[in-house]
Amino acid sequence: MNKMLRRGFRHGIPIGLGYLSVSFAFGMKAVGDGLTVLQAVLISMTNLTSAGQIAALPLMTGGAGLAEMALTQLTINLRYALMSLSLSRKLDGSMGTVQRMIFSFANTDEIFAVASSQPGKIGKYYLYGLMIAPWIGWSLGTLLGAAAGTLLPAFVRSALGIAIYGMFLAIILPPARKKQSVRFVVSVAVALSLCFHYIPGLNTVSSGFVIIICGVLAAALGAWRFPAEEEAA
Amino acid sequence: MKWNVFLPYLAVTAGVTYLIRMLPLTVFRREIKNRYIRSFLAYIPYAVLGAMTFPDVFYATGDIRTAACGVAVAVLLSWRGRSLLTVAVAACCAVALAQGALLLF
Repeated sequence: MNKMLRRGFRHGIPIGLGYLSVSFAFGMKAVGDGLTVLQAVLISMTNLTSAGQIAALPLMTGGAGLAEMALTQLTINLRYALMSLSLSRKLDGSMGTVQRMIFSFANTDEIFAVASSQPGKIGKYYLYGLMIAPWIGWSLGTLLGAAAGTLLPAFVRSALGIAIYGMFLAIILPPARKKQSVRFVVSVAVALSLCFHYIPGLNTVSSGFVIIICGVLAAALGAWRFPAEEEAA
Repeated sequence: MKWNVFLPYLAVTAGVTYLIRMLPLTVFRREIKNRYIRSFLAYIPYAVLGAMTFPDVFYATGDIRTAACGVAVAVLLSWRGRSLLTVAVAACCAVALAQGALLLF
């Protein structure tokens, strides 16, 4: 038991370190947008997801409806449903319903990637160990960014503003390079997003719905044109 | 932000995010067979992240010129398959350098 817990914990350390820096930028941005330090940290402790949290900020400060918030989160985080479905087949007998309910909270892109790359079936102690460092890194980074972000010189703050987008690019570009289908999906989504930002009339649509419309349309067009390449991730 | 405004948002974001992760692991344990639905779900992350990155990234630093430098470095390094951390840090450094260059000239 202890061996698997330690093993999982060790595997989570690099993820936690990566989260530390990205969530620092999130915490800084959240406080800059008008949230308190405690609010920023609470979001990170309860959500544990980069894209969803970034998208939530303008909706919160802009006074969006709760339905728009729910739909936006549903669309952005739909990928987790697929990861959970996929991981479900890798779990051993120690993962009953309660254990699944506990672990699923931490099924992020990176934790999923590490967990599913393990040989054979995986059990609760490994997965509990794996959750720890990323959760601490994500929460602690947010706290540091929210509390100390405003102390940093302006040029450092504006440079850090690009960190999260750098991470997004590092997620989408390698598969886009390898697969025509992903290139197509990303291009369509970006083209639609540009239309919603710059075309008069369309640019009045709120940020949550822009993400929903662009995401669903681009993915649907991709599925229609390239239905076979399903294992895109 | 006022707590009476913030807390409902927090409950919705955390609740929806958790249910999306939890339900497929506990309730729906069957595999999705339809290849269009599977492809659609597989493409969603790329579509969403693409739409969230552009054009917003160009406004992330307060100056489109420095942001463009950061984007150029991030695109180059991610295209070569560098890790998330490397790309994020390099993009920040590129922006900082570009700001320095703008101050000098």
